[in-house]
Amino acid sequence: MLNWRTGAILLLVVALIALPQLPFGEKDLLTLLISLFILAALSSSWNILGGFVGHINLGHGAFFGIGSLVTRSLWLDQGWHILAALAVGGVVAAIVALIVGAPALRLRGTYFAIGTLALAEAMRLTVGNVLPRVSRLPGPELRVYDIEPRYYLALVVLALIVGVSVWLSRSRIGLGMMAVREDEEAARSLGVNVFLHSMLAFVLSAFFAGLAGGAFAFFHVGYYPNYTFGPVWTFDAVIVTYVGGVGTVAGPLLGAIFFVLIRDVLAANLVNIHLIIFGILFIAIVLLLPGGFVELLKRRGQRLIPAGASTEH
Amino acid sequence: MSIETIVQTLLFGALIGSLYGLAALGLSIVFGVLKILNVAHGELIMLGGYGSFWAFNLLGLDPYLSLLIVVPGLFLIGLALHFGLFARVVRFDEEDRIKNSLLIGFGLTLILQTLATHLFTADERSITTSYSTAAWEILGIRLPLVRFSGLIIGIIVVVALRWFLRRTYWGKAIRATAEDWRTAALAGIDIRRTYLVTFALGAALAGLAGMLVTLQGSVSPNIGLQWTLKALIVVVLAGLGSVPGTFLAGVLLGVAESASALAFGGAYRELVGIVIFLIILSIRPQGLFGGSHA
Repeated sequence: MLNWRTGAILLLVVALIALPQLPFGEKDLLTLLISLFILAALSSSWNILGGFVGHINLGHGAFFGIGSLVTRSLWLDQGWHILAALAVGGVVAAIVALIVGAPALRLRGTYFAIGTLALAEAMRLTVGNVLPRVSRLPGPELRVYDIEPRYYLALVVLALIVGVSVWLSRSRIGLGMMAVREDEEAARSLGVNVFLHSMLAFVLSAFFAGLAGGAFAFFHVGYYPNYTFGPVWTFDAVIVTYVGGVGTVAGPLLGAIFFVLIRDVLAANLVNIHLIIFGILFIAIVLLLPGGFVELLKRRGQRLIPAGASTEH
Repeated sequence: MSIETIVQTLLFGALIGSLYGLAALGLSIVFGVLKILNVAHGELIMLGGYGSFWAFNLLGLDPYLSLLIVVPGLFLIGLALHFGLFARVVRFDEEDRIKNSLLIGFGLTLILQTLATHLFTADERSITTSYSTAAWEILGIRLPLVRFSGLIIGIIVVVALRWFLRRTYWGKAIRATAEDWRTAALAGIDIRRTYLVTFALGAALAGLAGMLVTLQGSVSPNIGLQWTLKALIVVVLAGLGSVPGTFLAGVLLGVAESASALAFGGAYRELVGIVIFLIILSIRPQGLFGGSHA
């Protein structure tokens, strides 16, 4: 059924696809949108495990790093097509999650959080040691650097992760994941395989973080190999997701738009002030409004619609 | 490799490790009593470091004397942070409490780190005193005084903290609350105030560690995460509840790092602690409280 909401989303998608062909679709705007898409994709991928299943992964940046590392070396050093390199990058991140997942998911609550934090730090240090500061600036690739394919690649990665999130939010598997989040024991007693659902979410989450990392490697060609393994990628994803609305499909997207807007509007005057604003917002949301922006919008919406008129839920 | 090199390296490891122990004491006591995990503990260490750096540069105050300002200062910051933020979390049941405290600490990390970058720039700062390079030499082994003082201060803190926890009213209240807050409350202990004092005490200990970190190395806005991680490793290594045990675990971690640096080269020294940490976590996935609840 084509209601106004679906219509608006379709219109937005068409506009985003057409944008680079339009006269005002200049390089600055495209660059801004690419970093928005990558952040939104990374946050949405964090949300699959952190939002739907409720396991707080503080080492998410490691999967972003793996994706970017693999994609970059296959694409630049081995000469693969970027799409093939990207896919392999995502798969490698997913395989690492599969291996790490078995011991990591046995950890409860906070121990999962600090365990993944330590794990990511170990990976970052190892990559920094094994691949010390080899940052080859790829001359030929930079000479033919074209922003358009970067834009479309990032858009496709974001569309994929949003699609999977929407599917999860409605499917039986997704409902199982949310049941685990609400009450593990109750979910288990209803026949939900807690470990399997957590593992699936972890692997999907890592796969899409890997794709986001690959898109970053394609977009941002020159950087040190362990840069993308840094904790800042995890931190951005976590605050963006919480500010937008953890556990919802729209939350990470709204959060990312807000984050990039504040960052780029304020960055001109004061470097990094957006992090202070976001840190305060983040704490306020954890304490006062656990549903984030999405919850705020919902409450406003409910006030506008007279009681009983709502057909949803 | 000469025997002197080995002894020298291990000794350095033990001296650095006493800083790890001091950094972990504050985290451990807050974790054990309030059952919250403050991941911004490293940022409190960073603030302590800047406190003594500025006291030295602006007031010309000796770093050891600056503790008279830094430690009470961090105590006050701890009071404010608990009053404004963490006290709201303590009301939740145990699982939500620890999860929300983690998230709040996380936001705090971001704020403090960015604020410090704004106010103090991202430069690495260190304190150079007239005695910074002074060292004793015993049988060809160098013992730098500034580093040695960390061990001495660590031992003094352990003894003082043990005395405080065993002999004073607040200390006993803290131990009783850690054991069973309901019973403690029934016995007439003001739980809220005990939490407040404990958190502030943890922050004060972080400030003390921060001064030593800056004096022995340097401070910059982004050292927090690294120290939080070190403190966490020590806490997991030592378990909760023992002050000397926590300090000793810190010293051990320092020695283990140095030993691995000798064996595999300096690049991997940071990894050892993390690997030990992950192994312990995977052996005891139920975490640190597992034993006391059984």
